[in-house]
Amino acid sequence: MGNIFRTNRLDHKSPLAGPTKTLCDTVTDQPSPIFSPAFARGTQSAGPEPSPSDPARAERPQQFHTMFRRASCLLARSLFLSSSRSWVRPFSTDLPAAPTADSTFVEAWKKVVPNIEPPKTPIAFVKPRPPTPSSIPSKLTVNFVLPYASELSTKEVDMVIIPATTGQMGVLPGHVATIAELKPGVLSVHEGNEVTKYFISSGFAFIHANSYADVVAIEAVPIDQIDPTLVQKGLAEFTQKLSSASTDLEKAEAQIGVDMHSALNSALTG
Amino acid sequence: MAMAALRREGRRLAPLSSPQSITAVRSSLISQEQAPLGLRSISTQIVRNRMKSVKNIQKITKAMKMVAASKLRAIQVKAENSRGLWQPFTALLGDTASVDVKKNVIVTVSSDKGLCGGINSTSVKTSKALKKLTAGPDKETKYVVLGEKAKAQLIRDSKKDIELSITELQKNPLNYTQVSVLADDILKNVEYDALRIVFNKFQSVVSFLPTVATVLSPEAVEKEAESGGKLGELDSYEIEGGETKSEVLLNLGEFQFSCVLFNAVMENACSEQGARMSAMDSSSRNAGDMLDRLTLTYNRTRQASITTELIEIISGASALEG
Repeated sequence: MGNIFRTNRLDHKSPLAGPTKTLCDTVTDQPSPIFSPAFARGTQSAGPEPSPSDPARAERPQQFHTMFRRASCLLARSLFLSSSRSWVRPFSTDLPAAPTADSTFVEAWKKVVPNIEPPKTPIAFVKPRPPTPSSIPSKLTVNFVLPYASELSTKEVDMVIIPATTGQMGVLPGHVATIAELKPGVLSVHEGNEVTKYFISSGFAFIHANSYADVVAIEAVPIDQIDPTLVQKGLAEFTQKLSSASTDLEKAEAQIGVDMHSALNSALTG
Repeated sequence: MAMAALRREGRRLAPLSSPQSITAVRSSLISQEQAPLGLRSISTQIVRNRMKSVKNIQKITKAMKMVAASKLRAIQVKAENSRGLWQPFTALLGDTASVDVKKNVIVTVSSDKGLCGGINSTSVKTSKALKKLTAGPDKETKYVVLGEKAKAQLIRDSKKDIELSITELQKNPLNYTQVSVLADDILKNVEYDALRIVFNKFQSVVSFLPTVATVLSPEAVEKEAESGGKLGELDSYEIEGGETKSEVLLNLGEFQFSCVLFNAVMENACSEQGARMSAMDSSSRNAGDMLDRLTLTYNRTRQASITTELIEIISGASALEG
């Protein structure tokens, strides 16, 4: 009986559907599964702002119904505030389809092994990246990853200076697409007035045409965590090993040690 | 009071009395042959022994589940942190799973220990299917096996195709240095055009997805870049560092392999612990069910023997009275 009552109120509310409609549209842009159109309709009927102000409705001693409406009103309001006010959610058919599987692979698999599900490939797990924009963007998006952590992931910065094997290289938004091999040195990230410096031990840096930069390094430490005395000690030790090395392997290992420690040294002083 | 006394008598006399015709005690779990012919009851001792062993099994599997849960918690954090490592390479070189090359090497990642559900079998099935997929005239496919379990399964029918097999990967906690040494080893000893790493990706505690990650050799990368397609844009990238482009691409390929392998090994270790958790959980539940059934049987046996004892005593007494 309560339900029938509520549906009657729905019919009453239809003239008010105009202003509430935009509210629900913006509310539905949340990627949460509960905000399906059915639920949106539910909030529309449950009524955000207008319903409690309507005197006729406020009089009704339907405690349960008011509570329900209040709750969904609060929910809708909080989500409305958190979502952008001017962005209208596009239809899902308008958005470009992000490829989740390599179709040639899946087809070839199905032909040879029809009983088993094809395995997933990495493309199913990456977030799609924006295509190259026509004008140079204002910020560079940096992903700085290490085997144990993602130091920076999709951080928007003004500039990064990477220690490529050919020397320090500054990367600004709109930089030409590059693959750079890195040597041990200092990576500095410039964001506004802040500069964060990391000492990285070799790796690779990819700069893409859409102003995305990926820096993959094996180890990275913020500069202030490096102990100068240990650096000096290590440098002395490896120089001594280099001079006393006999086999090629020992020489190579000692050379690596020397390179690394002298880079650390210059990072601390420079 | 009298009943209690009779019951005590019954228990004392139970092994010596009660006819074998007690069919109520018949249960699929008890085999008649176990009770020696002289004894007239299906001894509760047998059921009691079974119950004890099942209870011990339940305790062990519960403990194994706890251990797997704690190991999972530790390694899950590391695996999730390592997920960012392979994404730059996929962003640069794309996903080349459908590449057509002459020499394929399938690197199967599996666990050393068992009792971890079906993940090793799925990895082996996927590897075998990949081998079938990449087979063809003039092409060869080899295996590099990481982990005891896959080795045991693959060695049965593909013994000559296994180039390299590595075990005891998780003796020390997994770290990048160890995996990069391993990757170096594989790259030095195995000739390849494309490396396909098969592992179980950890999606959640109950879901593990078999995944194939492909790493191409520098020559294959060049060939693909020239022929266009996914790697066609590679030429538009400037190369910094190193004397020649091929040297940098070589280093890139090796680095990519070690990064992808590191993530694969971590994800597989996570999946192993998760699968072990759910396998041990279902096995403790089974043990619990079995224990319930055995308890019921035990009680039925016990009560039946007491009842029979009572009947005998009472009928004996009434026979005496006449």
